[in-house]
Amino acid sequence: MSARTADWFPSAAKQKPRGRRSGDRDKPAKWGSPAVYFVALVFIAVCIAPVLYIVLGGFRTNSQITTSPAGLPHPWVFGNYANVLKSNTFWGEFANSVVVALASTAGIVILGLMVSFVLARYDFKLKGAMYSLFAAGLMFPLVIAITPLYIVIKDLGLVDNLAGVIVPEIAFGLPTTVIILVPFLRAIPKEIEEAATIDGASRLGFFFRMVMPLSLPGVVTVGILAFIGSWNNYVLPLYILNSEANFTLPLGVQAFSSQYSQDTAKVLAFTSLAMLPALVFFSIFQKRIVGGLTGAVKG
Amino acid sequence: MSDTVGSDTDIQIPSPGTAGAGGARTSPPPAPAPAPATAPRRRGRGRMRLEIAVLSGPPIIVFVAFVIFPVVLAAYYGFYKWQGYGAATDWVGLNNYRLILTDPAFQQVLWHSLLILVLSLVIQGPLAIILAILLNQRIRGRSVIRVLIFVPYVISEVIVGTGWSLMLQSTGAANDLLKHIGLGALQKDWIADPKLAIWTLIAIISWKYIGFAVILMLAGLQSIPEELFEAAQIDGASYWQIQRRITLPLLGPTVRIWAFLSIIGSLQLFDLVYIIWGQYVSGTAGTSTMAIYMVAQGRSAGNYGYGSAVAVVMFLITLIVALLYQRFVLRRDLRGAITEGVS
Repeated sequence: MSARTADWFPSAAKQKPRGRRSGDRDKPAKWGSPAVYFVALVFIAVCIAPVLYIVLGGFRTNSQITTSPAGLPHPWVFGNYANVLKSNTFWGEFANSVVVALASTAGIVILGLMVSFVLARYDFKLKGAMYSLFAAGLMFPLVIAITPLYIVIKDLGLVDNLAGVIVPEIAFGLPTTVIILVPFLRAIPKEIEEAATIDGASRLGFFFRMVMPLSLPGVVTVGILAFIGSWNNYVLPLYILNSEANFTLPLGVQAFSSQYSQDTAKVLAFTSLAMLPALVFFSIFQKRIVGGLTGAVKG
Repeated sequence: MSDTVGSDTDIQIPSPGTAGAGGARTSPPPAPAPAPATAPRRRGRGRMRLEIAVLSGPPIIVFVAFVIFPVVLAAYYGFYKWQGYGAATDWVGLNNYRLILTDPAFQQVLWHSLLILVLSLVIQGPLAIILAILLNQRIRGRSVIRVLIFVPYVISEVIVGTGWSLMLQSTGAANDLLKHIGLGALQKDWIADPKLAIWTLIAIISWKYIGFAVILMLAGLQSIPEELFEAAQIDGASYWQIQRRITLPLLGPTVRIWAFLSIIGSLQLFDLVYIIWGQYVSGTAGTSTMAIYMVAQGRSAGNYGYGSAVAVVMFLITLIVALLYQRFVLRRDLRGAITEGVS
């Protein structure tokens, strides 16, 4: 029972009492040695260069790309981006992606929290089996099940419907969520629960008033992973959505790049704009994701 | 493992507040013995059941309907020769499996998958550890550096695939760059050359996923108590001694979990290959993975029964690898999550 067999990501529980590395906030940041920056810069250059190529490519003309594929834009052309930003296709797909990503994230977080709470705080016979069921889900990639999944979705009448993407995405997002959240929820001291009970809170009251706030770092991490995962998901929309009006951005990028395969600059502009939202979203929340992983991966 | 080098084994000591901590020693089969129940809990046994049902019902229904059921269905179709419409009636028993195991094409995709698996570990692991150790200092610009490292991981496979295939095609930026810096002799057809393609793929995979490894390792390093480093320094340990004797062992659990995720990811690789090779080059130019084979044999060739059997084989391989890995490598970290669950 419990801690012995429990955590995939061990001992989130232990991190609580010790607190995060205490000095982290107190000591001011200082300049590191030049060698560290040099290595970091080289690494970042490797990470970023291809992305910059895509972004800059959107500012060039096709003839620039053909004559000098690796050069800088000269002169800079804004027409490609302007065209994409004016097109209904892009905004339609953007809207679809937003709907899918937000709904999936909400579903994954809410359902994941519910089941993780049960797994972390209740004792009952089938608990082990239930946890194993979700843990095993990690080993089913979407591709494996895609054909029968398509049939299930067709029977539900959800083919070419955003809901047909959202619901399976929630289902496939649950294993990771459960595995990250259970340690967080279990780490909440029993005394708090007892105190809440004595103060007259029901267990569900305890859930809403104490568990939700205390597990926030885990929830945020799970939420970010779910959002980025579903924003980027490709296989599911590929199989489920077939009319262009329902395309999400990844499908849109692909459709666009085969439709305008001769117009590389335009494709690059479209591609750049399609990756922007996930990047912005991640940059805003990146601190949280590292914090959440610290809690979940190791204490 | 957060406390001392030797404390890896101490994970199982229930920390205060671990649910059911008391039960850990007393009851392997907790069925009849009412767990260390508080008074209100004993009173509300029915109520507790209701809560469990209400809270876990919807997630389980969704999960079973859209994950478990389709997977089971795939296993079922694997025994049929089935074209993908109507009921599956043409029972062929294990024939699909026999065909898979004797198909040289499958042996080739299996080889690709294993190569990707091993090289992902060997390339990304050490690099990520070194980078994480280097970057785990309170230096200025640290958070900017982190965001930038993570960029490739955050971008979708479709975008990565589209961008790289434009850059790597024979008239693309990569070759142009080589020409400009005087290495024109190294120009290659990076994507279409079947011998080269698998290495191109591995390079792209390393590029895309190393950021995740670095961030994970950084998270692991963050949780090593600083006093350990200070103590070692006082004892006169050199920088490298500290890394080797303290950092690496304490980073162990993180590395092992990262490797686990990386292994599963490698065995299931689909999107990138499909986007780059499925779209721009005829055939898959020597980069086929198991999942690509599955889709090509199943969906594209119209033989869903066979495709389903491939899916099952893929799942079994993943499961076996995962169980072996868990048994022999993750034992200390995971405590049998797959096999034993929480109970």
